[in-house]
Amino acid sequence: MRLACFPAAIIAALTFLNAAAAFEIEERATYTAPNPQSELRIISTADREVFEPILLAFQEENQTVSIDYTIASTTELMKAVHEEGEVFDLVISSAMDLQTKLANDGFAQTYRSPATDALPDWAKWRDQVFAFTQEPAVLILSEKAFPTDDFPTSRDALIALLRDQPDRFRGKVGTYDVRTSGFGYMMATQDARVSENFWRLLEAMGRLDARLYCCSGAMLEDVRNGDLAIAYNVLGSYAQAQLDDRGGYRIVLMSDFANIMLRTAVITSNAENVTDAQTMVDFLASLESRPDLVAASGLPAVDADALQSNVALRPIRLGPGLLAFLDRLTRRNFLRNWEASITQE
Amino acid sequence: MTFPPLTRSIRTRLFLQLAAISALLSVALFLVVRGLAETAAEATQDGILAASATSIADALRSEDGEITLDLPYSALSMLGTTNDDRVFYKVEVNGETLTGYDDLPAPADPPTISQNTFATFDYRGDEVRMVSASRTVSASGVPSNVLISVAQTRLGLAAISQRISAIATGVGLVFFLVATALSLLAARSALRPLKEMTAAVTRRGPADLRPLAIQPPTELEPFVAALNTFIARLRASLLRSEDLIAEAAHRVRTPLATVRAKAEVTHRKLNKPEHKQTMREMIRAIDESSRSAGQLLDHAMVTFRTDSLATEAIDMGELVRETVARLEPAADLKDATIRCTIPKQPPHFTGDRILLQSAIQNILDNAIKYSPDDSDIAVTLTAADTIRLDVTDQGRGFGDSDTDTLKTRFSRGANVDDIVGSGLGLTIADEVARAHGGTLNITRNEGANGACVSLVFPLQ
Repeated sequence: MRLACFPAAIIAALTFLNAAAAFEIEERATYTAPNPQSELRIISTADREVFEPILLAFQEENQTVSIDYTIASTTELMKAVHEEGEVFDLVISSAMDLQTKLANDGFAQTYRSPATDALPDWAKWRDQVFAFTQEPAVLILSEKAFPTDDFPTSRDALIALLRDQPDRFRGKVGTYDVRTSGFGYMMATQDARVSENFWRLLEAMGRLDARLYCCSGAMLEDVRNGDLAIAYNVLGSYAQAQLDDRGGYRIVLMSDFANIMLRTAVITSNAENVTDAQTMVDFLASLESRPDLVAASGLPAVDADALQSNVALRPIRLGPGLLAFLDRLTRRNFLRNWEASITQE
Repeated sequence: MTFPPLTRSIRTRLFLQLAAISALLSVALFLVVRGLAETAAEATQDGILAASATSIADALRSEDGEITLDLPYSALSMLGTTNDDRVFYKVEVNGETLTGYDDLPAPADPPTISQNTFATFDYRGDEVRMVSASRTVSASGVPSNVLISVAQTRLGLAAISQRISAIATGVGLVFFLVATALSLLAARSALRPLKEMTAAVTRRGPADLRPLAIQPPTELEPFVAALNTFIARLRASLLRSEDLIAEAAHRVRTPLATVRAKAEVTHRKLNKPEHKQTMREMIRAIDESSRSAGQLLDHAMVTFRTDSLATEAIDMGELVRETVARLEPAADLKDATIRCTIPKQPPHFTGDRILLQSAIQNILDNAIKYSPDDSDIAVTLTAADTIRLDVTDQGRGFGDSDTDTLKTRFSRGANVDDIVGSGLGLTIADEVARAHGGTLNITRNEGANGACVSLVFPLQ
């Protein structure tokens, strides 16, 4: 391995590594540079296995930068940066709504460079929030339940299928529990925003005693072991990476519309190492030019051409619209409606 | 009052004034364009803010006796359509925050149900524009006042304003440059009649005292009229003095003739040689006076005839021969020989015979007068590119005198103190030459002593 000579001291802790931090850290890793002169503190929602290739490639190009990589859930990340004012240089998160809120509420720094200018307009906001991946929400169908080419590719078809064959799918449909998953909540609200079909689908799933999950991994595991026939709104990049490893299901990109989540980076307003944070933003913004990293991390780079060739793909728009679903009253009402639909009470 | 040199030019003053006016207008244009455009941009932001607040207000409803709200996605996303500005909102029910940014200040000017209010202030480090709208919503039959405030930073507006300012500056600058260029043209064109008049006056010959025939612009009519009156007075005054001179010469000449006749008679009667000598000197003085009077008359005549030049066909050869013949006796007195060279086919010339004769006679007269005894005077008429009459003597020449000065009235050579003369001869010849479009040239006699005086006329 090229980087074997780098002494990578990795400290991993599942909970409360840093007693002083009130927010909950999932894991923390330190990548010491061969010739350390500065330290870049990143807080991220991306798992270490996913992001490590990118961090190491960055470090190969910037051999004086040590990286302190803290992993937290989207909610805990928001708590750390927005409420507790923890000092991080760069925030990398899949929660576009929360990243937008960080920028809107003044927790982000403006940065422009040729690399960020090259990003399409929908992939950045205020020159403060920069997208570097585009990851669709997909429908996962178990190979056992759908052995042939006869499977639904749109929400209408899925609703019809669930209504027509309730016995076949009872207890075998899964989706995110939007009460606990930020990604699930964002996808659900975007679905609801785009189409009223979402509520019909939710009711159809609710009638079939849908099972609710915290994360894509558990859902995929249940599909693979036959507990689930259908998993709705799974993170496509993750599903693809798992499929390449182990198989057992089929990934369907909905043909009516497929929301695309953009993983984004934000340089914090209280960043101490702005220079390296900016270098990292440039590095991430030009991820498209590193297919090796895309393959290693399983994170598809921002690619405007892919969106043009498939009109069903809809990147979720960065901007103040996302704040609407973060509104506490709106969220409460949405969750109430969601519960009513999914639990059929 | 004296002006510094720069502003003494009417054109410069006109131009500077027009340029100053266009500069003022450019600034006014810049301010108006920027003002209007910024007002329009502000109105656009206000419009979107109001639409957003209305959209939120319309989503208000009561549920289980409580007022609640699903914040419409479009209410906030519409604010992000034209710019990347930050957005803040707050919904209050009876003064209690229902949702939104708690610390968003209440509007200083509370809105009514029919009237939204706008405010501009600093919030979270940026200037924001906030709209506030008011609604009454009934919850369990109890009406509640709901205040909806939506605020947006104004960075997009500032960017628009900057762009507009740049455009307005450009427009103002172009306007100024065009207006200045036009005012330069206007100043030039306004002063063109003045230039034309100046040219018309400058073009005139020194003896041209006719009234100006140009059609001046209305403003200059009094000036031209005054100038013409002045010219008329000058002409009258000149004519009067010429008349006076001619009259005086005439009056002197007749008595002089009488005095000369009597002196001749007396001379003959006298016996004593010293008396005879005195008398001869007297007669010679009388002759000179008579000659001067004659030249003065000639000059007056030349001036008069030049004004209304007669045009008749003249055989120049004949004219020269005739004039030479007339002066032959004077030459004989000094034993000088006049050698006349005239081409076989002498050139024809259209002009004033009397004037030309007077000119030739004066030149020849001069030549004889300054020629030493027993010398030759060459009179040569040629016709090639020009008609040229050269009169060459072997006299003392003109010394170091400036040949142009010699042509002016009463000016004589620097070496002629011992010979009487009026200084009018060459003046007359020069005036005649110029009246006929020709020139009088005075040069040294090449290779010998003496002068060469030439009349040169263009071929007709």
